[in-house]
Amino acid sequence: MPKVALFVTCVVDLVTPDTGFAAARLLEAAGCEVEFPGGQTCCGQPAVSAGEPEAASRLARHFIKVFEPFDAVVAPSGSCVAMIHHWYPQLLDGAWRRRAESVAERTYELSQYLVDVLGRTDLGARLDSIVTVHDACHMLRHLGVRDAPRALLSAAGATVVEMTEAETCCGFGGTFGVEHGVLSGALADDKLGHAAATGASCVVACDQACLLHLEGRRRRGTEGPAPTHLADLLAAGLR
Amino acid sequence: MAHGLVTPGRTFRDRAARALDDPGLQQALRNLDVRLGTAAEVERDHRALKDRAAAIRRETLADLDGWLDRLEAALVARGVTVHRCATPAEARAVVADVARRVGAHVVVKSKSMATEEIDLAEALEAVGFDAVETDLGEYVVQVAGERPSHIITPVIHKTLEQVATVLSEEADEALPVDREALTDWVRTHLRQRFLDAGLGVTGANFAVAETGTLVIVTNEGNGRFCTALPRVHVAVVPVEKVIPRFTDLATLLPVLTRSATGQRLSNYVSMISGPRRAGEHDGPEELHVVLLDHGRRRLIGTPYEAMLACIRCGACLNVCPVYRRVGGHAYDSVYPGPMGAVLTPLLSAGLSGRDLPSASTLCGACTEACPVEIPLADLIARLRADLRAPDPVAPGSRRPRLRRSAFGLWARIWSSPRGYRLSTTMARVVGATRGPETTTRWRRRLPGVGGWTASRDLPVPARRRFRDQWSSRS
Repeated sequence: MPKVALFVTCVVDLVTPDTGFAAARLLEAAGCEVEFPGGQTCCGQPAVSAGEPEAASRLARHFIKVFEPFDAVVAPSGSCVAMIHHWYPQLLDGAWRRRAESVAERTYELSQYLVDVLGRTDLGARLDSIVTVHDACHMLRHLGVRDAPRALLSAAGATVVEMTEAETCCGFGGTFGVEHGVLSGALADDKLGHAAATGASCVVACDQACLLHLEGRRRRGTEGPAPTHLADLLAAGLR
Repeated sequence: MAHGLVTPGRTFRDRAARALDDPGLQQALRNLDVRLGTAAEVERDHRALKDRAAAIRRETLADLDGWLDRLEAALVARGVTVHRCATPAEARAVVADVARRVGAHVVVKSKSMATEEIDLAEALEAVGFDAVETDLGEYVVQVAGERPSHIITPVIHKTLEQVATVLSEEADEALPVDREALTDWVRTHLRQRFLDAGLGVTGANFAVAETGTLVIVTNEGNGRFCTALPRVHVAVVPVEKVIPRFTDLATLLPVLTRSATGQRLSNYVSMISGPRRAGEHDGPEELHVVLLDHGRRRLIGTPYEAMLACIRCGACLNVCPVYRRVGGHAYDSVYPGPMGAVLTPLLSAGLSGRDLPSASTLCGACTEACPVEIPLADLIARLRADLRAPDPVAPGSRRPRLRRSAFGLWARIWSSPRGYRLSTTMARVVGATRGPETTTRWRRRLPGVGGWTASRDLPVPARRRFRDQWSSRS
């Protein structure tokens, strides 16, 4: 039975804890033993976005210390995992860089781990909804994960309808979303509009930060399907 | 980059807000894909070609000064006068001197970002020359009293109707809203200007060190007119345009045109190897090359060296979600989009474009599209850090110490599980004191949150953290 350390990410821990439980249930449905290392905090990504690499590397070292004892680390966030893969080696030097690379080799985004590592697509979830997928930028471009979430959705019986510009940024962008709030909102409107045009009941992604950004915009009146985390949707369909 | 024409709005944020509220611009930008083709997608099939292009650019930058010396020697051997200019002011003075000496009244220009960078047309106008842009888009922009908004397609920010309005005013007659008719009018109008011109000014897309060949890529043939008709030709060539060998063009030319416009090759490729020689029937009597540094060579050996590999194809602009939504003028720089966000503060040593690196979601579409493998998104993120100092690449510049920044404090607290627990307990108490579904007025006033709540509701912390619930789960 594969043992997996779950890195829930700070956003899931603090804002959408249900997504963490959904991720745990899916991993268990795939036969994993899930452990939650209590020392975990944040991967440090906001600091990179803010131009504060010293702060980011401090949190990077903390992450490495917490997670390096584990054989596999899984997080329900493509961008947090991309932070570890793409930025940690750039932020750290010497022995810390080697430790970062070693942890990164064992750190996976949830759908990537289920599909590409475990080779599982059907976890027993059953869905009959029409959905569309937003390819969150860092998961797509840093991790190269595009097919895994779609494979899981299709295996669960969902109909995946591709939207126009599925691979275009939703406009969240970390500090960009705060510094350029109006522009960020305009990009969210574009994304929600493309998603709505598919007729899907929800727009699925593997990053809560993007989804909360889209949901925040929806609550201000932009129409579009419900932004939904892949883990939440699949876990809801588990028998 | 400093230039005479100012886009209203002091910051990128102001200018972006105006751009979002400009219906004509938004309509023009909606056609971006149609007008540019899907260059990025065409390019995806040409990974091997791009790898070779990137390798050639890296090889060049590894010995930039050496290749420049070889280029200069080859140019001189062909009878070209070479001027090495460290600053835009020096470059402008060289061109103005040449224009004065040849007694040119009219100077015809082909499209060149380097001449935009040094404000050449304005500088020539200011000392009495009639400097005429001859690229169709550049001409429209010049007549409108504006700046290019894209490095390949200068007038992409205007609809066809707006272009017709601009040209009709210039023609003093109502021209039809029709591409062909408008182009015909400009073609006829410019023909006389070409015949009147005493000096032709161009840039160069590549300068071959081995052979001393200047390569100019255009689609309209105006570049060939500018270099063949006037008595004297000046090419303004930024130092990074040098490439080692003539055969490198077999790689770099198709990579440029595919990435820029989706074309396998542009309509015109001019290869110029010196002025007219004895017995030749055409070409200019004199050829001058201005090798422009303007803060480029000092980037060698810094983390920003890769930026000098840029071949100005514009692919990063075309795929950038921010550029596509607000257009080029919001950047208020000759170089907009992701490449401009990196290049503008670097070339100006931090004097302009300081807020441009913030104008990116770091989505990485630019890095993916770049045909010469410049890690644009990474450089943008790095600049955010390095621009805490006055000059992002000055060796003596120091950034504020970690402990002085709010992020430093945050990282200190969150790098301890206990600090994380305590700080988030407080945040949850703050978050939970009002209804969870609304953004109340006081919450908008929380520091750092105003930018978010301007356009979106704020996510509200959960009543119990995952970690609290997990311990009671098992």
